[in-house]
Amino acid sequence: MHFFGLDCEFTRLDAPLPIYGGLVDAAQWVDLARAVVEAHGRLVSLWGSDWRAAGAGFVVAAAYATGDGLLWAELALDAAAPAYPDIARFFPAANRLQRAAHDLVGIVAEDAPDHRPWLRHGAWPADYFPLRTEHSGQEVFAPQPDDYPFVFVEGDGVHEIPVGPVHAGIIEPGHFRFSVVGEKVLRLEERLGYKHKGIERRFVGMELDAGARLAGRVSGDSTVAYAWAYAMAAESVAAAPVPPRAIWLRALLLERERIANHLGDLGALGNDAAFGFALAQFSRLREDWLRANLDCFGHRLLMDRIVPGGVATDLGAAACTRLRTQIEVMAGEVDALKRIYDDHAGLQDRLVTTGRVTPALAATLGLTGLAGRASGQAADLRADFPWAPYDGLAVVACTHTNGDVAARVAMRFAEIFESLRLIEALLARLPTGDIHAPVAARPDASGAGWIEGWRGEVFVALETDGAGRIARCHCHDPSWQNWPVLEHAVIGNIVPDFPLINKSFNLSYSGQDL
Amino acid sequence: MWHVLKRIARHGIVSEPAPQAETAWRTEAQAIQGEILAILGRALAIREVDAGSCNGCELEINALNNPYYNIEGLGIRFVASPRHADLLLVTGPVSRHMAVALKRTWEATPAPKLVVAVGDCGRDGGIFGESYASCGRVSNVIPVDVAVPGCPPPPLDILRGILAALNTRPESGDLHTQPF
Repeated sequence: MHFFGLDCEFTRLDAPLPIYGGLVDAAQWVDLARAVVEAHGRLVSLWGSDWRAAGAGFVVAAAYATGDGLLWAELALDAAAPAYPDIARFFPAANRLQRAAHDLVGIVAEDAPDHRPWLRHGAWPADYFPLRTEHSGQEVFAPQPDDYPFVFVEGDGVHEIPVGPVHAGIIEPGHFRFSVVGEKVLRLEERLGYKHKGIERRFVGMELDAGARLAGRVSGDSTVAYAWAYAMAAESVAAAPVPPRAIWLRALLLERERIANHLGDLGALGNDAAFGFALAQFSRLREDWLRANLDCFGHRLLMDRIVPGGVATDLGAAACTRLRTQIEVMAGEVDALKRIYDDHAGLQDRLVTTGRVTPALAATLGLTGLAGRASGQAADLRADFPWAPYDGLAVVACTHTNGDVAARVAMRFAEIFESLRLIEALLARLPTGDIHAPVAARPDASGAGWIEGWRGEVFVALETDGAGRIARCHCHDPSWQNWPVLEHAVIGNIVPDFPLINKSFNLSYSGQDL
Repeated sequence: MWHVLKRIARHGIVSEPAPQAETAWRTEAQAIQGEILAILGRALAIREVDAGSCNGCELEINALNNPYYNIEGLGIRFVASPRHADLLLVTGPVSRHMAVALKRTWEATPAPKLVVAVGDCGRDGGIFGESYASCGRVSNVIPVDVAVPGCPPPPLDILRGILAALNTRPESGDLHTQPF
């Protein structure tokens, strides 16, 4: 197939969502980016690979979401001087992705304005690229000097507040550099990458089945979304069918993960606005939810339940009944708490107009997922490209246009109710049959998985080597897109509102640090 | 306000009894015995440090704060600074980028600084292991008293691990004066 009138052939991958792969040249690389941005498409991911061991050179790849599906475009790069045209001028989110691709593979976005390292701090030298084939990934270096050039804000009364990497709560590490006047934030600059633990290098050489466990630990709060995206990619590599019952159980797991996270966030958001009652109530509901996960599926966070070829655990009749009863109870409880939230003037005062991202800004910066939908970006893969079993469930993508913390709270309530409806429908019409079919890896093949997780779209690109093992597995978290937007959301707000704004996005550090 | 009070009254107190300490998880390097409860007067301040986890362990540590586990009722609370802490609760594999921050946090913690490593990754490096980017287990970077298995360990196991570290007493003075 051809897209946007470009003279390059894209072929559809064997995947339940419309995903197309194709090779482009340097001019088409730029033309495609421009065409996607003009058609109001999204940049989903950008990553680099080293194929010199397979007789080729370096490759830079980009994944775009368009009205027709996902386009996975690859540009072959010179082995001696791998460089490609910058696309951050079209998609601001590409900035950090391009810097990360340089840190890991050593490919350069040649005309980009920002060449500061992103994932590389002081753990390895600037001329070491862990994903290059001449390196094993086991090399260990003496700590390097790490002097990151933050953008410096000058002016009368401006001072800096550095926060992190170790934060004051039970949260992941990262560094925030606030430039403030009094209480007001003039600028926030994030520095992430502290949790980089070499996941993409770890994938290399793994068996297809074994990779599922690692993919499920890219970001623990989205383990189901990653496991499904990875399984979809592995099944796409193998052109393997999945039993219908397994597909329905996967959707059940994904919606349960969505609700678990929303319950946790709603409690934490109330707590950050000094409404302790909310944390007690929502954390109690979340615990009830997780205990049912353990009893019915065998794991509180549902890790390792989705595997290539199907799911690991079946659901008995008694468990089905219990889950059905639970959704009724949960709907009543959340509805009562929503009315308390809506009526609480002191709470609403903290939430409304705080940390606002207008729909126009969200579109320009590429805000995605739940936060994007709270700012008028009505994209939800379950509604836009409904694959089985969502094709029979008429998923409604919840949206809001205010783009403030209150809108992101309202989104979570709305999505809980929608997911409870979906779970009810999934349980009522759960097909019978097998829950797993073996997946035989094909050598030198590629596949992709694309899933709407609770935070946003999770994407996995998977390629095998001549022996059918993993040659490259790239996992993309929607946090890549949304972290830079958080920097804009806090401008003009007061420093004490930052925790509230940050929590309303609840982005993954681990998922973007890899 | 009436609705808030009504819900509080309806659900009452859901807290469950505390579990037994799991002494089998003490690491061999830990040669300390007895009960530190006596020293600390049953008030334990914990500083949580995520040194590179997938965030699964953080979800379960956060769950410890829900009403079912009622850890504040046991005299345990999470604090914002290592300088206020008796115990560090560390998750990860320790990423190489977090090694310095973790060491500094440990150095800032006053004695007796107990350390509980949480999860398979903190205990032995887990699925991430050691590499150019990962130091592996927590004890590769700072001394560890108790290591709790699980991926992630459920809240009760984390609490058992914390209590196991509490049931210890330094032979004399500062536990960890030796270089590592």
